[in-house]
Amino acid sequence: MRRRPRVGVVTFPGSLDDGDALRAVTSMGGEGVPLWHAHRDLRGVDAVILPGGFSYGDYLRTGAIARFAPIMEEVSTFAEAGGPVVGICNGFQILCEAGLLPGALIRNRQLRFVCRFVEVRVETSLSPLTEGLVPGEVLTVPAKHGEGQFVASAEDLDRIEGEGLVVFRYCAPDGAVDDEHNLNGSLHSIAGVRSQAGNVVGLMPHPEHAVDPDVGPTGGQPMLASLLSYALARV
Amino acid sequence: MPSEQPLHRALGLTDDELDAIRTTLGRDPNPNELAMYAVMWSEHCSYKSSKIYLRTLPTEGRHVLVGPGQDAGAIDIGDGLAVVFKMESHSHPSAIEPYQGAATGIGGIVRDIVAMGARPIASLDPLMFGPLTEERNRWLFAGVVAGIGGYGNCIGVPTLGGEVHFAEPHSTNPAINVMCVGIAPSDRLVTAARAVHEGSLMVLIGAATGRDGIGGVSVLASHTIEEDAAETRPSVQIGDPFAEKLLIEACLELVERDLLEGLQDLGGAGLTCATSESTARSGMGSEIELDAVPLRAPDLEIWEILTSESQERMLAIVHPDRLNDVLEVCDRWGLASSVIGKLVAGSGLTVRKGGEIVAQVPARSLADEGPIYERPVARPGGLEEVERDDPTFSTVKALPLDSFLAVLASPNVASKRWVWEQYDSLVQGGTVAGPGADAAIIRVEGGLKALALSTDGKGRFGHLDPYLGAAHAVAEAARNVAVMGATPLAITNCMNFGNPERPEVMWQFAESIRGMADACRALETPVTGGNVSFYNESGGSGIWPTAVIGMLGLIEDHRLLVRPGFARPGLVVYLLGETFPELGGSEFAEVVLGKVAGRVPALDLEREASLHRVLIEGSRRDLFASAHDCSDGGLAVALAESAFAGDTGFAVSLPGDVPWYVTLFAESASRAVVSTTTDAAPALESLAEEHHVPLFPLGETGGPRMVFDALFEATVEEARAIYEGAIPKLLAG
Repeated sequence: MRRRPRVGVVTFPGSLDDGDALRAVTSMGGEGVPLWHAHRDLRGVDAVILPGGFSYGDYLRTGAIARFAPIMEEVSTFAEAGGPVVGICNGFQILCEAGLLPGALIRNRQLRFVCRFVEVRVETSLSPLTEGLVPGEVLTVPAKHGEGQFVASAEDLDRIEGEGLVVFRYCAPDGAVDDEHNLNGSLHSIAGVRSQAGNVVGLMPHPEHAVDPDVGPTGGQPMLASLLSYALARV
Repeated sequence: MPSEQPLHRALGLTDDELDAIRTTLGRDPNPNELAMYAVMWSEHCSYKSSKIYLRTLPTEGRHVLVGPGQDAGAIDIGDGLAVVFKMESHSHPSAIEPYQGAATGIGGIVRDIVAMGARPIASLDPLMFGPLTEERNRWLFAGVVAGIGGYGNCIGVPTLGGEVHFAEPHSTNPAINVMCVGIAPSDRLVTAARAVHEGSLMVLIGAATGRDGIGGVSVLASHTIEEDAAETRPSVQIGDPFAEKLLIEACLELVERDLLEGLQDLGGAGLTCATSESTARSGMGSEIELDAVPLRAPDLEIWEILTSESQERMLAIVHPDRLNDVLEVCDRWGLASSVIGKLVAGSGLTVRKGGEIVAQVPARSLADEGPIYERPVARPGGLEEVERDDPTFSTVKALPLDSFLAVLASPNVASKRWVWEQYDSLVQGGTVAGPGADAAIIRVEGGLKALALSTDGKGRFGHLDPYLGAAHAVAEAARNVAVMGATPLAITNCMNFGNPERPEVMWQFAESIRGMADACRALETPVTGGNVSFYNESGGSGIWPTAVIGMLGLIEDHRLLVRPGFARPGLVVYLLGETFPELGGSEFAEVVLGKVAGRVPALDLEREASLHRVLIEGSRRDLFASAHDCSDGGLAVALAESAFAGDTGFAVSLPGDVPWYVTLFAESASRAVVSTTTDAAPALESLAEEHHVPLFPLGETGGPRMVFDALFEATVEEARAIYEGAIPKLLAG
């Protein structure tokens, strides 16, 4: 029997959705492995999730302090070696701060926190969260953040679009991308991006909160299933 | 502090209270001791005006593990699990500084739950503001909501809604209540019954003590708010939700590993409250070393250290053998911790600084032996005329459709999405039904059970008849839980009132307690704790007397829960319960007739209980396709909300012999709008008959329109736009 892929979830001080990510990974058939910010040890995992929350209170700037946590050196090394790394919400912010993903996340256009189920359109199959998915597919997942507006310089944005680094865009239920469905004013309605090498991905919505039909839509299932198979392929 | 009056009065103590302190001590208190008594004997901490009434509440029941008097009440939900819950107010600080006032209110109630050893799993925020047509009210409203989100979202506890009401008397005095719910294995609850030992250590965990929130309970919470209120802004505490999150995790780890003999939060009255209550509960004395308290500013006065309400601090009672383990856990979570005292023989609380005794008083005299007042009570004049001016008998010139849309657009009725979308309602992954439903439903991990939570206050009813206002609040809170299929188990509450030194306010309070007690007895939902918030008034005019009820219900199998939406076409729609000519105190009367007057709808608690039995039994037998409480805004609003929630219209017929405005807008008690399939309809009819609950067929679901007989119709989409858009539109100014 093939072993279950081991997915590490890093707990920073102030992480909030770490338990939810561990539970979601387990319910999708993986093995959730808790990782601690102060340890320089990934415990031999096959994939890493940086979960949502307010690491270090997000007091300086979202993700700005967490990127200096001891475990982030290990995460960077793991990513450079091609290991799948997923940043969700605050985790996405941390990956941007760490330079592992392009762009930055600033306060929502409406200047308010927003918690809502949203639709996102898959833009590429070339990421650990979308490997088995078809571009154009629409998934329903919740988003909950105050600083999720994706921004980048005009030059970077051209590169992001040109190299196909956009993984998800906010969209209408039929897949149309328009301003009305742009949850937070992100440039080009970008909800998630990947690294050039393709193994690091960050997104503002929360797939780990969308796997259990008892508590809502299940758009996170195919994303996490993709992550598990991506991780397994490397074992 | 003004110097022209004696110190005790400047601190908020009366001359008689000073005499009582002298008698207790057998000498004059020193200024430090005076400051300690002032905060502990404040209305906020001592409940001196309310105690004699609170004692009359029903507090016992087969599910009650912990009743009033501790940090929070606890209810047995089976499987060895306890639910801990409590409600509090943070109205005064929020009236001065809305963001921090509301934020620190969340922090405080969450620590109350943690102090019981329970993990906080939900909070709900019942809020009352003045009309949004005034700019200052918009500022307060937006600031409070942002503060609740800013703090609550950052600590990983889902905020599952609550409710929001608007009324002129709240213009200067918003009522900001917050309920928090936690869960713990019953045998791990940290209660006063825990064994403590002589020589056990008092360990202060968390933030350093600063000059914020000095006198919060005595300066702010125990006085009315007048024009110079902004000057008291330094008495508002500043919250640090990140520190709170670490504090939650560290304390729960300490409890899980059984490293503690006791745990108490530091909130109102700060260190004085935590040390005196812990000491009094231990039945021993204690010695406190103020030199060991970490300070934010080195020049803090002794009385400031003793009364500061700096946030994010907890006091643990620790056996010396466990101290190193405790300190290690705190350190790992990045929290400061220091031994600030120990339990000793005797019953005195001795405070030292620089080797000298700076205060020495009997611990119980602070914690348990505060003054108790039986304040004068008088029924306010003019209530009879207000009652006689009943809108039920008014001449109604408004058209039915206009009335319907006006009521839907009233911010009391309209969608509160603008509010709850700013709250993280999903973290922890257990939210089966979040904000917007009758009750919030949150799954208990590891099984099929779920908790149902609702908060309800009936300010307008309370203004007209405080007895019925409070009783209706209990009934509606229980109904909101039952309508989703859960059994109401117990309540917590927050009593929001004006100045208790006015006999009219005290009468309102006494009547409200009587109403709450009667309803809780009839519905078998004991009171496990709560909070009294007095002095919500300015310029001699108080808020509407409002008992806000926080109801805990339990559903055995969350897959059977019933939602409010008309889920598909072809369902049969019924009104369960009966409508009477009762427009007194209704939303229609205020919005359409411009009248807050009349007789509050009658409440027959037996009928109410029967309705709940039908709702719960019907859910167990899967007879309902939908069910929704019928209260604010009456039948018309209940039908419309069911249509919005399920995105399906309906056509209903209305009785010809009753005025349309009574049928559509009366807020008679003990009713629900339900739908069912034609197959299940006969079983539902016999179930209702069995429990003697009237069941009126109204019509059928389907189509894009809401058709009210020949009277009027509106599309679901258009009406929803009004319902959803009302509050954002008002906020746009």
